[in-house]
Amino acid sequence: MSHAAATATHTDAPTHDDLVDQKIVGAFFVAGLTYLTISMLAGILMALQLVHWNPLRGIEIFSPGRWRMVHTNAIAYGFLANAFLGALNWAVPRLTFHPVASKALNWFIFWAWQFVVLSTAAAIIIGPSLQDQAWVMNLAREWRLPMGLGAQGVEWGETPFWIDPVALLGLALVAVNFMVPIAKSKGPMYVTLWYFMAAFVWTFLTYAMGNLLPEYTVSGTSAGAIGGLFIHDLVGLFVTPLGWGLMYYFVPILLKKPIWSHGLSLVGFWGLAFFYPLQGIHHFLYTPIPMFLQYGAVISTIAVELVVATVIINFFGTLAGRSSLFFTNLPIRYFYTGMVFYFITCFQCALQVTLTFQKLIHFTDWVVGHAHLVMFGVFSLWLFGIMIELFPRLMNRPWYSRKLLEYHYWLSAGGLFVMFLDLTLAGIFQGYYWASLQPWDASTDGSQPFWITRVFAGLAMFAGMLCFVYDLWMTWRGAEPADGVEVGPVPHASGHN
Amino acid sequence: MFESKAGIFFIAGVGFFLLAFLGNGAVPMIMYQDRHEATAEELVADNKRIMVQFRDLSERYPDEFKSAFGTPTEEKCAEALRLGRQIYIGEGCWHCHSQFVRPVSNESLRYGPVSETWEYDNELQRPVMFGTRRVGPDLSREGGRRGNDWHTVHFFQPSIVSNNSPMPEYPWFFDGAPDKPNRRGLAIITYVQWLGSWLPEYPYYEELEEVTRE
Repeated sequence: MSHAAATATHTDAPTHDDLVDQKIVGAFFVAGLTYLTISMLAGILMALQLVHWNPLRGIEIFSPGRWRMVHTNAIAYGFLANAFLGALNWAVPRLTFHPVASKALNWFIFWAWQFVVLSTAAAIIIGPSLQDQAWVMNLAREWRLPMGLGAQGVEWGETPFWIDPVALLGLALVAVNFMVPIAKSKGPMYVTLWYFMAAFVWTFLTYAMGNLLPEYTVSGTSAGAIGGLFIHDLVGLFVTPLGWGLMYYFVPILLKKPIWSHGLSLVGFWGLAFFYPLQGIHHFLYTPIPMFLQYGAVISTIAVELVVATVIINFFGTLAGRSSLFFTNLPIRYFYTGMVFYFITCFQCALQVTLTFQKLIHFTDWVVGHAHLVMFGVFSLWLFGIMIELFPRLMNRPWYSRKLLEYHYWLSAGGLFVMFLDLTLAGIFQGYYWASLQPWDASTDGSQPFWITRVFAGLAMFAGMLCFVYDLWMTWRGAEPADGVEVGPVPHASGHN
Repeated sequence: MFESKAGIFFIAGVGFFLLAFLGNGAVPMIMYQDRHEATAEELVADNKRIMVQFRDLSERYPDEFKSAFGTPTEEKCAEALRLGRQIYIGEGCWHCHSQFVRPVSNESLRYGPVSETWEYDNELQRPVMFGTRRVGPDLSREGGRRGNDWHTVHFFQPSIVSNNSPMPEYPWFFDGAPDKPNRRGLAIITYVQWLGSWLPEYPYYEELEEVTRE
């Protein structure tokens, strides 16, 4: 529906400029891309360390162990959170016909979140060097708190304990700022808003649970169970619902047709909401955590993969009849490539979660490959697609070069897929090296071909990223389009409301 | 209900989250609520082996130990364990080394007894250091397998004692040479030597006489 048509049917309908603060959408996107670049460099550093090519050996602030944590945190809280906030600032006001609760609050959230991300990175890098201060260790003893100035000992919850309150405040404000327009909106809620609304509640609760309980309340086995639930919910209840919510928003708009089946949308949402959070313990199978809880987590994991299949079917049903857009429209290609990767991830998950697979592949690079497939192959690709769609509208001009965007696509998707296959295979080899009781060196030496391949796959993904950033820079500067081919719809011509 | 704001907020958002927390989080918390969480001081008091290692460090590196911890008392040993654990976390050791032995994949042959819940009931496992990846081996039975001198050299430059090891170097645990561990170096070695020292079997690479005497 065009902008003019929208105003004709709803005479009091607000215009796009009333609803969306385009500046903040762009600010969140640019911040996200900055952290993604840093995160990729950190990943490359760790990859080089494993193949003995690390050029920064023995330098404390470039310690690969610390940068490994910067790598994962910069993806979750730097890139994904910022990019999602940018996309939410576009989608939520346009879906609800109401602007966010407060534009000033929006900017406060922006800066608070950059503080969270940057201080987390700074603390992870510098904190361990300052840890050995008498007052820190005294406080730790007196209050019986595990006080680390550097990382906190929860995977993906490394954000130091003193930043957690700021992060929680930020998440609460995000929830308020977007819940207000959702609450004000009238009529039935569209699928996207189900996912967003649930995600605001889940993200806050997940962050609070994972960062507070294992740190202050419970130790040992119980802390392990919470830690597993936290890693799992962070992907399942923060990243996944925001990602799918955005797909339910952008895919029908770009394909110019409704989602194939509303019933399947319902099954997908409620199935995910019920089964996904029940699986946390599957990250720690064969630990001292009670076996009946491990079985429960395994069964609900297999159940959610059936739900995922319905979602994938629904989206491919939507694509049917417009499939040529997969080849011509870059955002659509990114979205559907991500969905194929999502299906692979979830199919893989239903297998690897079984105790049979776990014997062999737990602790190996198989899991690392799985994590990259879901975080980069699915959600990052989706966000690239959204950015390719939205940047021309934010800047009111077409992309500088379609060719560079194509390079970005092929290097990102291709590099990622090579990395995924490579690490999955590496994981199987590592599992057999260990089980066959060869000396430990056999597994690290035997991993070298895979680790070397991974370095080059990572470099390809980084090269793709550079193409994208350069293209964005040239577009922003207003350079004449290099190849004269426009990407997707002409900017501003489809002010769909 | 399935498409209403209240239904999504309360049932999917809050309700299902709490249900899952109940199943995955609260059940183990309730099952283990009566277990005592030992302090680092209690761990040291119950464990002669870690004091043997701590004293060995003080004899091997007397000047460095004196300026870092003074004398090797139980109190100082607990302090070293706490600091060592923070370094283990801060340096990201736990992202390449796990701390649990599984009952499968011949792990009990490689490492020792399968891990049990009681081993984790202490403040040095809050948050727990199970770990999720093994680039290097599991460390939960590492204590005593190698001597303190091996560990100093290994932390200083792993490839000297472990050919082709992909482990990073940690020269900042030392004042310029592997025989000069600083406070952080002594603490992380104490922590690693503590891992598994609570089990009936402690391999003892050396120093066996002192323990049999005690």
